[in-house]
Amino acid sequence: MKICITAEGDSLDSVVDQRFGRCQCFIFVDTDTLEFEAVQNQNASGMGGVGVRAGQLVAEKQAKVVITGKVGPNASQTLQAAGIDVVLDVSGRVKDAIERYKDGEFKSTKGPNAEEKSGLDK
Amino acid sequence: MIIPILSGKGGTGKTTIATNLAVSVGKNVQLLDCDVEEPNAHLFLKPAIKDRQSVFIQIPRIDKTKCSCCGKCQEVCAYNAVAVIKEDVLIFPELCHSCGACSYFCPQKAIDEVDKEVGIVEFGVRDNLQFVHGTMNVGEAISIPVIKSVKRYMNSTRTIIIDAPPGTSCPVIESVRGGDYCIIVTEPTPFGLNDFRLVVELLRKLGLPFGVIINRSDLGDEQTEKFCMEESIPILMRIPFRREIALAYSQGKLIVEEMPEWRQEFQGLFKRVLERQLK
Repeated sequence: MKICITAEGDSLDSVVDQRFGRCQCFIFVDTDTLEFEAVQNQNASGMGGVGVRAGQLVAEKQAKVVITGKVGPNASQTLQAAGIDVVLDVSGRVKDAIERYKDGEFKSTKGPNAEEKSGLDK
Repeated sequence: MIIPILSGKGGTGKTTIATNLAVSVGKNVQLLDCDVEEPNAHLFLKPAIKDRQSVFIQIPRIDKTKCSCCGKCQEVCAYNAVAVIKEDVLIFPELCHSCGACSYFCPQKAIDEVDKEVGIVEFGVRDNLQFVHGTMNVGEAISIPVIKSVKRYMNSTRTIIIDAPPGTSCPVIESVRGGDYCIIVTEPTPFGLNDFRLVVELLRKLGLPFGVIINRSDLGDEQTEKFCMEESIPILMRIPFRREIALAYSQGKLIVEEMPEWRQEFQGLFKRVLERQLK
């Protein structure tokens, strides 16, 4: 199954980026083969609506789950509309996050866990 | 004559200058509080509010029976306010800048625009002074439509004093646009100077003439005065740090009423602005 993890770099050794819409990189990974594609986030420092665009990108890439730190209200609404599950408050390396996901350690949630524009604070 | 008062850094004394200048100038004055995110001039002027109007923006509405989910609306939206997801179109009203592009370009003519209230404008009087201010609704992100509505009340037969929001971004530009002579209020601290420089850069780009008031002028350092000298920026007034001024402010009182000798100072300020503007 294809999942998306927000990352600060473009490899599986990168750290999970705590922001969804403003992450450095989206890593799309097949949980069975561990084959992955890293997509640089073109909107990382965009003016606004970056969460919406990030949600759409994940939907276009047909990932079923997003693993990240925090998700704002607009991104949350977009992901919900696309029927994508979200795992929040994950930190550490991308590689480890994938393993933890496969071990069934994570619970997906609905709804945002961050205020609008809070991704700009970092 | 339109006199915008702006500052870059917040809390330097814009409202203090705007309100005290407004009541010192005389009869034919109008004060516009364009700091619609946090209007506070009314706390000092205590005008009697006579009229109140809602401010609306236009946001898109999708007719789902006509929509083909082609994605054109999303493509033309510069603000990511429209998102086509699967068989659905999501609208994010607080990201929308009401440009109308989505509705204009929709090949199915499936989008029309509907009103959304984003704030209010109030009009009031205090003796002969006309007063206008706007207030954004809680949760709104874009203040420009409310500022524009406040400025629509401008009465060009009067001396118009505009209390601008802090900063140097779009709301400030909207507030000072069309001004005849701008007054920058700063304080002689490193933070004050940094933001003062940004405002100078902004006003030069906009081609608006300006002078500066140094508030709490006996605190801080000499750098602000030095900068003004180097850049040939006229210093219109210096206001020293005084406990009585701070106290009056904290109680919502005007300096010129608590300490009448200041009325003359503000009249002098107005005279200097007039002279400078005529140059």
